[in-house]
Amino acid sequence: MLIDFFYELRKAGLKVTVTEFLTLLEAMEQRIAVCSVEDFYYLSRAALIKDETQFDRFDQVFGHYFKGLEVLSEDPAAEIPEEWLRALAERMLTEEEKAQIESLGGWDKLMETLRKRLEEQQERHEGGNKWIGTGGTSPFGANGYNPEGVRIGQKESRHRRAVKVWDKREFRNLDSSREIGTRNIKVALRRLRQFARQGAADVLDLDDTIRSTARNAGHLDLKLVPERHNAVKVLLFFDVGGSMDDHIRVCEELFSAARMEFKHMEYFYFHNCLYETVWKDSRRRHQETIPTLDVLHTYGPDYKVIFVGAATMSPYEIVYPGASVEHWNEEAGAVWIERVRATWPKVIWLNPEPQQRWGYTHSIQIVRDLVGDKMYPLTLEGLEEGMRFLSR
Amino acid sequence: MRFEGTENYVATGDLTMAVNAAATLRRPLLIKGEPGTGKTLLAEEVARGLGLPFYEWHIKSTTKAQQGLYEYDAVSRLRDSQLGDPKVNEIANYIVKGPLWHCFDSDVQPVLLIDEIDKADIEFPNDLLRELDRMEFFVYETQQVVKARHRPVIIITSNNEKELPDAFLRRCFFHYISFPDKDVMAQIIGVHFPDLKRELLREAMELFFELREVPGLKKKPSTSELLDWLKLLMAEDISPDTLRENTQRKLLPPLYGALLKNEQDVQLFERLMFMSRRKDA
Repeated sequence: MLIDFFYELRKAGLKVTVTEFLTLLEAMEQRIAVCSVEDFYYLSRAALIKDETQFDRFDQVFGHYFKGLEVLSEDPAAEIPEEWLRALAERMLTEEEKAQIESLGGWDKLMETLRKRLEEQQERHEGGNKWIGTGGTSPFGANGYNPEGVRIGQKESRHRRAVKVWDKREFRNLDSSREIGTRNIKVALRRLRQFARQGAADVLDLDDTIRSTARNAGHLDLKLVPERHNAVKVLLFFDVGGSMDDHIRVCEELFSAARMEFKHMEYFYFHNCLYETVWKDSRRRHQETIPTLDVLHTYGPDYKVIFVGAATMSPYEIVYPGASVEHWNEEAGAVWIERVRATWPKVIWLNPEPQQRWGYTHSIQIVRDLVGDKMYPLTLEGLEEGMRFLSR
Repeated sequence: MRFEGTENYVATGDLTMAVNAAATLRRPLLIKGEPGTGKTLLAEEVARGLGLPFYEWHIKSTTKAQQGLYEYDAVSRLRDSQLGDPKVNEIANYIVKGPLWHCFDSDVQPVLLIDEIDKADIEFPNDLLRELDRMEFFVYETQQVVKARHRPVIIITSNNEKELPDAFLRRCFFHYISFPDKDVMAQIIGVHFPDLKRELLREAMELFFELREVPGLKKKPSTSELLDWLKLLMAEDISPDTLRENTQRKLLPPLYGALLKNEQDVQLFERLMFMSRRKDA
């Protein structure tokens, strides 16, 4: 039976290995988890899953595989609170309220509705009369006008709640295909790290010193090496304004994370598509522009280039000269992007637009072709994939 | 031998399960989680709860795996040889034991904490694979094998700054300490401040969880910060009424420096408070 569970996990894309599975069986044999499904859930998660971003997927597989099982294996005491709740509800409810529950389809239906709403509801909620939260009139939630309602997040119903701990999917926001925060971005950017020894030789190289001293017939011969630094160099081009307004926050986060991570990082702004000028200060963008050609000539081919932009515009803005929305451009944006690719071999484009929508925007397709298909969504997964390409 | 938390440490069901599984099967346990949720403290408390000796090894960015086993102090030996010290003939005099060796030498089963393993070089965990698997290593200089007399309970913490290699992860149990909910938090506080006035605790907890909900905070206050703050509140003898008043009048909570560690966060919070004051007026 557990073998099926193992394959189910692997089918869901979780890289569970045989060793880990055997560890789990060994733990079962030692009778570490015998009493309840909940214990088994915790044990199997600790033994099989080594990354909190995978917890959510594990919860789903677990919930799916063991659906209905927890009712059989839980001790009978677990059922009591529901009976008790039901009795209490029947005693305390007015006729009118009972009718209301009936209109929802009876008690079982109530529970079912609750589960559904938990699925729908994503955020904390207060007030109102449908969603689960605090202080409302909905039958679900705490501290509401409906004291007989199902209490969520309070001690009384703990036993019931714990059974379904995987159904709550509280690790949902750790799933790596979801939104990202600064710290997560940093971790992803660290894939790019390349340590190299550069600069003045100021650290004692013990091994070499010993070797040289031995060769020197025992007379000290000190050897020094330079300290190790992260030697990766990065050029960032940010699209600002227009279609990027929705994505300012995530770009800010990316920017501040990149700032901390790389010693050699330069950033430039552009609007919609790269043309003959870029700028570093958005307030003075019309006074203080930098010719893109200068940028192309200043930074060596060992720089890695990251474009961040929605690439959502009229296709003309990319392929025709003079089509820019802001000024007369002598050469088409496509030409400039191609120049960038010719100067630096490692170029990627990070796109904050959801990947599902890429196919419907013609300009995204064009840009994607221009950067040699190296366009990645600005999610943690996309970022990691992009970094993997850049560090190859 | 079962770990159930100690009088100073509240362990939730999933955490005790992971600790007990690791302790029973003698496999390392990898702990991750938000900063300030008690990752490092756990090992110490496990040692105390199970009554075992405790060894710790704190990892820095320059730490090498070898340093955990032993170090050959070649420089002193070289100096002694140039001074003609007779000690120099015995190479064992210059082998300095590392935390892992000390731990392997222990007479009873010990608990070893390897703290912040992600700080070290990316290859660091790979260099420890065999040591953690077989619990033995070879001392090249003296040609001896050091073997653990009792397989230690090894607890490893990570802040997720680097990804750990799969081969390493395969050998560990894993637990992610998530942020405690209100019930657990009340238990944790009860353990640390048993004679805290209930009024004050309620007001403080409410304020704390509200603060964590403020959107856009750069650094959400954590458990350890809440505990520090409560300590300060008690030391300053601030009454629950003051707390409540501050909340009602939409002011910064007293001694907010213990909770908000970032001036941008303080400014953000002040702005939000100001806006809601204006809305009320």
